[in-house]
Amino acid sequence: MSWHARTLTELATALRARELTSVELTRLLLKRIEAAQPKLNAFVSVTTEAALAAAAQADRTLAAGSAGPLVGLPIIHKDIFCTDGVRTTCGSRMLDNFVAPYDATVVAKLKAAGMVMLGKSNMDEFAMGSSNETSFYGPVRNPWDARLVPGGSSGGSAAAVAARLGPAATATDTGGSIRQPAALCGVTGLKPTYGRVSRYGMIAFASSLDQGGILATSAEDVALLLGAIAGFDPRDSTSVDRPVPDYAAALGRPVAGLKIGVLKEFFDTGLDPRNARCVRDALAVYERLGAAIREVSLPNIGLSVPAYYVVAPAECSSNLARFDGLRFGYRCKDPRDLTDLYCRSRGEGFGAEVKRRIMTGTYVLSAGYYDAYYLKAQKVRQLIANEFEHAFNEVDVIMGPTTPTPAFELGAKTSDPVTMYLNDIYTIGANLAGLPALSIPCGFVGELPVGLQIIGPHFAEERLLAAAHSYQRETDWHRRIPSGYE
Amino acid sequence: MNSTSLEQWETVIGLEIHAQLATRSKIFSGSATAYGAPPNTQANLVDLGYPGVLPVLNGAAVRMAIKFGLAIDAEIAARSVFARKNYFYPDLPKGYQISQYELPIVARGALEIVLDDGTRKRIGITRAHLEEDAGKSLHEGLPGATGIDLNRAGTPLIEIVSEPDLRSAKEAVAYMKKVHTLVRYLEICDGNMQEGSFRCDANVSVRRRGTKQLGTRTETKNLNSFRFVEKAIQYEVARQIDVLESGGRVVQETRLYDPDRGETRPMRSKEEANDYRYFPDPDLLPVVLAREFIEEVRGSLPELPDRKAERFAAEYGLSVYDAGVLTASRELAGYYEEVARLTPGDPKLAANWVMGELAAALNRDGLDITASRLSAAQLAGLIARIRDATISGKLAKEVFEAMWTSRRDADAVIEEKGLKQITDSSAIERAIEEVMAKNPGQLADYRSGKDKLFGFFVGQVMKATQGKANPAQVNELLKKKLAG
Repeated sequence: MSWHARTLTELATALRARELTSVELTRLLLKRIEAAQPKLNAFVSVTTEAALAAAAQADRTLAAGSAGPLVGLPIIHKDIFCTDGVRTTCGSRMLDNFVAPYDATVVAKLKAAGMVMLGKSNMDEFAMGSSNETSFYGPVRNPWDARLVPGGSSGGSAAAVAARLGPAATATDTGGSIRQPAALCGVTGLKPTYGRVSRYGMIAFASSLDQGGILATSAEDVALLLGAIAGFDPRDSTSVDRPVPDYAAALGRPVAGLKIGVLKEFFDTGLDPRNARCVRDALAVYERLGAAIREVSLPNIGLSVPAYYVVAPAECSSNLARFDGLRFGYRCKDPRDLTDLYCRSRGEGFGAEVKRRIMTGTYVLSAGYYDAYYLKAQKVRQLIANEFEHAFNEVDVIMGPTTPTPAFELGAKTSDPVTMYLNDIYTIGANLAGLPALSIPCGFVGELPVGLQIIGPHFAEERLLAAAHSYQRETDWHRRIPSGYE
Repeated sequence: MNSTSLEQWETVIGLEIHAQLATRSKIFSGSATAYGAPPNTQANLVDLGYPGVLPVLNGAAVRMAIKFGLAIDAEIAARSVFARKNYFYPDLPKGYQISQYELPIVARGALEIVLDDGTRKRIGITRAHLEEDAGKSLHEGLPGATGIDLNRAGTPLIEIVSEPDLRSAKEAVAYMKKVHTLVRYLEICDGNMQEGSFRCDANVSVRRRGTKQLGTRTETKNLNSFRFVEKAIQYEVARQIDVLESGGRVVQETRLYDPDRGETRPMRSKEEANDYRYFPDPDLLPVVLAREFIEEVRGSLPELPDRKAERFAAEYGLSVYDAGVLTASRELAGYYEEVARLTPGDPKLAANWVMGELAAALNRDGLDITASRLSAAQLAGLIARIRDATISGKLAKEVFEAMWTSRRDADAVIEEKGLKQITDSSAIERAIEEVMAKNPGQLADYRSGKDKLFGFFVGQVMKATQGKANPAQVNELLKKKLAG
């Protein structure tokens, strides 16, 4: 098998065994990225020189024989993570010229672990989108079918990993931005518990929902990287001070006896029956492995989309106020006065979806509307969190579909924001409740991958990864590679 | 406006005082808070509001806010929440100010002020909350442009909001001074008003006497001296009464005080149209305080001004007024106590010297008590020489001046100037005899009943001894001798 088709774990072994060098691996992947870029547009920046220099350094460390487990392994960073000295655009014209003066904690940790950054992946503008069509740098295309979207907002990271342009990528998830593209691109993606991974240096969309995580081709690889990025960060007050377990060591936990809750509400009329079949087949695999499956209900989960589309825009309207054309980022030409500078810099620098959410958020926080929208949405959020908690008194994990349908065509939903928002109907609940959730490939509808979503209680990442890993030992959906990228 | 119309109106004032907390670093970042550094040299990525950065709360600021709350006998919230106040302004890098809104750290406290007639009045304090300061706009030396200095951005503040309990500009100033004294006692604010460390906004309204409903108020912003507070309120009260008496209505608005013209003016209306869209800051956890922690902070409180004044009055036998003056600052009170300790048995004399000659000298040279040219021990040394009759009280003032200039001890000055009092009776008697011999006419008149001439003889004897003779002894001996 070619090197690019190997998992991160396999590549780690190969590097150690000196079967190939980090420089060779880096060159090979940079060449693939260059070839795929016109087709997929998965990258905003490719950091060729820095990557080769880091790989050469990694090879020296490997040769010295004292290298840690991640030394020399390639990584792609979603362009929402600040990278010292490297342009960090967040998919926006607003930050087209922004070179971050510091590394995000996630980036710094992986850099310190010796990983080699290949480049920065394309994404929906400021992570607002479910199809990667809101990027200032143009849409990313789905490697399984270039006419289709890869999902969003971490579409560039998901497409790149699916097309084996790199073994793993960082990503972020505010309402499904890791899991939904993972499902649509046929890769494994984990959104950790809120607070498990530092948000420092991750450009904020909705602070109470944003969480950094990993996209890779297997649960095993996700476990390897999660251990490296998780942990308390004194620079993020919302990160949780709690020991980081050995996720890789937990992968072997058996599925037998696992109580799986199947969420009744997720198998509603909006779910494509072909997706439903793939998910039911996956549940059958778990049953065969000895898991106990029962139905659970979250009566108010249907309110998660409206609650989310109040809370997230509210926070975004405030978080994005700092982009005012004064200190960094886009500034309009020849402003007449301060108001003109603000209005045109923001009017020209932000795209339509970002503006829509800023306006929605400004509205729901306004005097006279705050109670009716923001406060009510927070109550709904608490209600949903309580329902999850209640459900986890009865089951160990909750499983269901990640998305209602497979990948859809570019432009199919851009004219109707609400239809687009409904794409996140199954993923948003975990964000509102701060729960860890992952998506793994569980079959195909025609040529298109389908995702199985596994949600756990707070800090149950080990349980989720072990369940995913058991499934991936029984199936090979996650090993499938889109044609043209084998 | 005539005085009768003034009497028909009642003034209602509430103050919002902003006190910069004396922490070394900012409230949400590690940058230094020192005043006066070159622009933008004390602003890091967090202060500049860079993409991706996050605030981390400075525990020292929380501790200081708790101290203030305890000192005004307020409730300290077991759980308080930071909120974002959203508005666009160039000196506000994030586009929002992190403040506290619905759940402030301190609520429902009070202070007492002393009115002119000596009565005490309780002023309610609605709340005191933590927040970050904004940066500054700079106009000097930048023709046609505005510079932004973000050194101050993120400096911790407590905003102290009073109830509308104040009824005159004088009361407002008395209250503001009281808070000023308190924050300095607590060492949570340097109180420097020129540098803007302590400033206030005044909410002012008037209503006809006897009515219960509050009038429409205006808010005059950023008053950074006691005098400006007084002048601005006086102006605003007169203006509002004029408006109302001429049949107009007071517009609720934000105003600025122009000290050069002594008037307030409305700020641009655009700036008031703000809807701040407060909501809890999702980047910061609620501040949860354990009872034990609050008690630990309570244990660290110094003796507070009111308590100290009561103690001074009781312990040193001082008047309420004197006790108040001597406790105006922690440093002055400490100085006085040291002088009193070294002047056993006569704390009143110690008080007179501290409030008299020392205060006058400090005032004349524009010095704070901490910069006094004489130590408490030096002043006590001088007082000791009065008490043991080495010098007279009158000569002591001369000695004090010499000490103040030279910073030398009393004994050295007395020695050098030969000012030691003459207490030797025979020496005084000799002087008296000389005076009597020189003034036979006056002596005869005195003896024939002109008692008033006694003062003349005292003066002559003092003159003959260059003022060094012990006055009590002079009196006693002179009476005897003149009687013949």
